[in-house]
Amino acid sequence: MTTHSFIQVDGLEKTFPAPMGQEPVTVFQNLDFEIEKGEFVCLIGHSGCGKSTILNILAGLDAASDGYVFMENKEVTGPGLDRGVVFQGHALMPWLTVRENVAFAVKSRFKRHSNEEVNAQVEKYVDMVGLTPAIDKKPHQLSGGMRQRVGIARAFAIEPKMLLMDEPFGALDALTRGVIQDELLAICQATSQTVFMITHDVDEAILLADKILLMTNGPFAEVAECAYNPLKKPRSRQEMHHDGHYYPFRNHLMDFLVNGPGTPYAEKLPVPEAGHAEPQPARGPRKVVNG
Amino acid sequence: MSQSLNLRAGLVSILLLLAFIGAWWGATLPTQVDLGDMDPEYAAMMGLDSVQESDIPTPGDIGSAIWTHLSDPFYVKGSNDMGIGIQLAHSLWRVLAGFALAAMVAVPLGFLIGMSPLMHKALDPYIQILKPISPLAWMPLALYIIQDASISSIFVIFICSIWPMMVNTAYGVASVRDDWLAVAKTLEVGPIKKAFKVILPAAAPTILTGMRISMGIAWLVIVAAEMLVGGTGIGYFIWNEWNNLDLANVIFAILLIGVVGMILDMIIGLLGKAVSYKEV
Repeated sequence: MTTHSFIQVDGLEKTFPAPMGQEPVTVFQNLDFEIEKGEFVCLIGHSGCGKSTILNILAGLDAASDGYVFMENKEVTGPGLDRGVVFQGHALMPWLTVRENVAFAVKSRFKRHSNEEVNAQVEKYVDMVGLTPAIDKKPHQLSGGMRQRVGIARAFAIEPKMLLMDEPFGALDALTRGVIQDELLAICQATSQTVFMITHDVDEAILLADKILLMTNGPFAEVAECAYNPLKKPRSRQEMHHDGHYYPFRNHLMDFLVNGPGTPYAEKLPVPEAGHAEPQPARGPRKVVNG
Repeated sequence: MSQSLNLRAGLVSILLLLAFIGAWWGATLPTQVDLGDMDPEYAAMMGLDSVQESDIPTPGDIGSAIWTHLSDPFYVKGSNDMGIGIQLAHSLWRVLAGFALAAMVAVPLGFLIGMSPLMHKALDPYIQILKPISPLAWMPLALYIIQDASISSIFVIFICSIWPMMVNTAYGVASVRDDWLAVAKTLEVGPIKKAFKVILPAAAPTILTGMRISMGIAWLVIVAAEMLVGGTGIGYFIWNEWNNLDLANVIFAILLIGVVGMILDMIIGLLGKAVSYKEV
């Protein structure tokens, strides 16, 4: 199979085996989407539609029941250092300092680095997220936002081809979330990092994403629509809502989340300049009979 | 606040000790015995006196026993008369040897059980049957097979220390957070590095808790084991002094066992503190 996209997802499906005497549960099915190099893609959907499972499959931590994921035309079959993962709950090792946590990743990625090289790499990425003053602290001495920053630094420090983020700011207060979103935006724009991020925050998606995948509710969830962000880059949290495209786009996304696919705002959406045509027609969840 | 709390607690402790020693002293005072019109010479011949010393050692007797033993702990005057330091050293050596052997078996086995649900299910019945056996029940078998009293005691310590360590290691390893294992997976960390850099530090506090329980049990068991096999050790010392009807020495040994047990527990507690982490 030859594709031209950086990431190609084909007919992905996840079915959990049946508990005794019940039918198996298909969480999502028929997922097809692409991610281009340097693109920031957000996946939005309600809980229970298998968002985290999709991310885990991309990360290679979970296996799909059906369908394929290709990265640079190679099938993804397991976890790898070419993908950095920022976990929902930061997943820092509490017995290691910030420096040691990031160094653990750096040493795994660059096995031949000398100690000085490892240290330089660690300090560069810890500095990138602005945590140099806390570099020798343990995670329990940090605030929630700082911990999540360390998680981001750790993921970036292995210089992955793609960054996978699972609701990285879900547990943070609104103020901290905003600050870290800005930081992430700046870092991603400076490094042209390819990112796949799961979120349930519409504003976060509009701020960060070039492309937003909208998922219907599970079970049998599907990607109902692939919406290109009409707001031009560079976006900023402060200026974003003055953009004429902001409210129609936001309403469109909100309507999707609240009322389901197929909303009146869909027609009013501007057509993105890049060849990709208008949002795909929304599809309702298909019923599938499981045997 | 906490400083004054410590101060007050210490004060109460000391007062309790003084009250206890006072009551003890009062209870063991010599008693006046009414000999009636017994001929004093006859009474002396019968070992009776108008002033009867207590059979139970007084606080002063214990004090002098403590002083005698601690002023010369390492003398050897034949196989039945050795300093308390020598006896203690024998007991400690047995406990530490048995404990170390148990750790060498229990930690790797616990790792295996914790990581493999198959091995957990397969080994669980054996552990459940072997765990509740009183370690002394193994003694006859150990003596018969090993044919050496001292090594048999080490074996008994081994067999009683192994279970808490194994069970706790398995539990600690099995409950390592999936998050951390996922991090190791996405970083393509090999199995050896994963075991030593992720699972071991994550499970270390639980493993140390198991070791602490094991050490407590081992120190309880060594006294009984040494009473049984004799020869040397603090347990043998107690039994020997009982046969000598020297209760002051028995009480001294009881106190010593308590103090040494507390020190052993504190050492492992400190080790546990060194590997503990605050989860967030």
